[in-house]
Amino acid sequence: MKKRRLVMRTLILLVLGAAVAYSLYANLTKDNKQKVAVGDKAPDFALVDMQGNKHRLSDYRGQGVFLNFWGTWCPPCKKEMPYINNQYHQYKDNGVQVLSVDIQESELAVNQFAERLKLDFPIVIDKDKEVMNVYGVDTLPATFLIDKDGNVVQYYTGELTEYKIKEFMEKIKP
Amino acid sequence: MKDVKCECGHVNPHGTVLCEACGKVLDEQDSKSKQLLDMRYEGSARRSQTYSKTFIDKIWNFFSSVKVGVWLIIITLLASILGTILPQEMYINLPADVYYEQEYGWFGKLYYQLGFHDLFGSWWYLLLIAMIGISLVICSLDRVVPLYKALKAQKVTRHEGFLKRQRVFGVNENVDENDFMTIKQHLKEKRYHVRVENGDLLAEKGRFSRWGPYVNHVGLIIFLLGGMLRFIPGFYVNENLWVKEGETAVVPETGEQFYLKNNQFILQHYDKDKDKTFEKAIEQAGQVVKNYQSNVVLYKRVSENLPGEERKLEKVKEYKVRVNHPISFDGYSIFQSSYRSELKAMTFLLTNKDTNQTFGEVKINLEDPKAKYDLGNGYSVRILNYFPDFEFDKNGEPSTKSRTPSNPAFVFEMSSPDKEKPETSFVAIKQTIEPFGDNTYKMAFKGIDTQNVSGFTVRKDSSLWLFILGGILFMIGVIQGAYWNHRRIWIQKKNGQVWVAAHTNKNWYGLKRELETIFTDTKLAIPEDQLQRENVDEEGV
Repeated sequence: MKKRRLVMRTLILLVLGAAVAYSLYANLTKDNKQKVAVGDKAPDFALVDMQGNKHRLSDYRGQGVFLNFWGTWCPPCKKEMPYINNQYHQYKDNGVQVLSVDIQESELAVNQFAERLKLDFPIVIDKDKEVMNVYGVDTLPATFLIDKDGNVVQYYTGELTEYKIKEFMEKIKP
Repeated sequence: MKDVKCECGHVNPHGTVLCEACGKVLDEQDSKSKQLLDMRYEGSARRSQTYSKTFIDKIWNFFSSVKVGVWLIIITLLASILGTILPQEMYINLPADVYYEQEYGWFGKLYYQLGFHDLFGSWWYLLLIAMIGISLVICSLDRVVPLYKALKAQKVTRHEGFLKRQRVFGVNENVDENDFMTIKQHLKEKRYHVRVENGDLLAEKGRFSRWGPYVNHVGLIIFLLGGMLRFIPGFYVNENLWVKEGETAVVPETGEQFYLKNNQFILQHYDKDKDKTFEKAIEQAGQVVKNYQSNVVLYKRVSENLPGEERKLEKVKEYKVRVNHPISFDGYSIFQSSYRSELKAMTFLLTNKDTNQTFGEVKINLEDPKAKYDLGNGYSVRILNYFPDFEFDKNGEPSTKSRTPSNPAFVFEMSSPDKEKPETSFVAIKQTIEPFGDNTYKMAFKGIDTQNVSGFTVRKDSSLWLFILGGILFMIGVIQGAYWNHRRIWIQKKNGQVWVAAHTNKNWYGLKRELETIFTDTKLAIPEDQLQRENVDEEGV
């Protein structure tokens, strides 16, 4: 009789405890919930760059991809662009490509931006915000490091230093 | 922890105060007292009061205490009040780390640092609610199980000690058969369920109302369950969606499956002449909006394409979305929620400042401006720089705040056949700056085109039914427990006398009134309220 009571109570408390634990866990992670987190497969997408070339993410299998989301109104994005450009030159023949995704701005604004800063890497415009949605990009700048097998190995928001960019590119070098 | 066998033969769980069958006081000490019995749980053993050995028992006992439950509610109430002192994060437009200090000084800064700006979403608030939920479950289980068993096990014949310590009690010397029949009839008329055993009578009604509080607790638990379900991804979607007239946008949180095209946004006002009923009100208030409407088309993606690629869409349906008339599909509903006017195009005239002669019109699409506008006859304008939402940055350089064209500014390069080198002019709203000295030409502002943008709320709520169910059960439980009372009347032969006792869980006054009616036309005395007698004795009146 005593045993049964203990078993019942323990069971009930466990069920209640599990429910509470789940709720707390879900609440704590809901703000950090990343649509695409480290370890996930990077969702495939296809966008056209300013020269008219189509870039599909899966075409870059076998190489590392430095995927950067930005906008001309975002000062840290502007600041990190020259550094990305430098490292792009260093690594593009070593198996690390740069894909720069602008969030829904006019071609004019993006072209002028690229010309002014003399950027050489491929820049695409996410006209319908589809890619941004799929990657769950919220704050800018946002950078995803994708390895040669298409997995996300790092996610970084905020301005990047040249050192960090180099570090990241090394990481995804095949 | 041995069970206790009563002299009537019934075996009671350890810790039982009143025998479940006959009501005899089992506790040695208590049986000698003359005090009125505590009938709250039929004298059953509330398990938590009797077992406190293991750690599990201690946790159980903590949550089964109503005192603890009440304190949890009070603390939660006070915490909730805290969350209303300053506006919560979801209602402000600036980033939180800036807003609170800016608007409310040191108090605001403290409020933000303590995390109170998102109080109702904080882990500790959730923990309080969760503890109330646990308390609900354990309080209910701990009480309802013994109560049910006790009410089920009760026999008609009750022990002397039980009867004489009931609050309403009386003794009659003898009763003749006619009076007995009369009482039985009255009881039946009053809808009591009458049981007679060995000449002893038990009349009972309204037992079902005892379960009312437990029903309403179940309702509350289901309600909380609904809240918990909202954490599961996909169960609750509540997003904003802005779609310009003419634009087709992807509906958020639908897995990129659905798209909404906004054909037209319509804003209608009440007409003073047509809506005569409101004439006075309109005169007083000015313009009053009658209708916010967006004519939309819902599309579904039929192509298996990647995000960013051209997609093939198939029309699902058209609808005129108005306030409280959402377009619904697949569990989702899209509501007309807001609108705004946005600049669509700006028109300039290339003008000679001295002669005011114009050489062509430049209409700039603010979403997608051209790099160069050829006006013919050797006149052309190039846009060197475009700032959709212009501001001077920290270094005094022109830059843009966002990508929305709310405050467009341009650096124009004007080429004309009479000038060897093109002239540069910086033009913003109500501002023209000529950075390289006095120009001959200027870009004169001619006009703007605006477009409407509809604001929608995309909503999906798979948890709503739980809230509705929980709410209904709660009300049923409250009504069940509040509008009926559990009444019992015992008329039993003891020591050659006839003892009458009565009990109710609520509304003693009503019970006593009913007793008067039941006992009319009989020679039996209506049993007294012993509590009143005590009070009277104490007061010495």
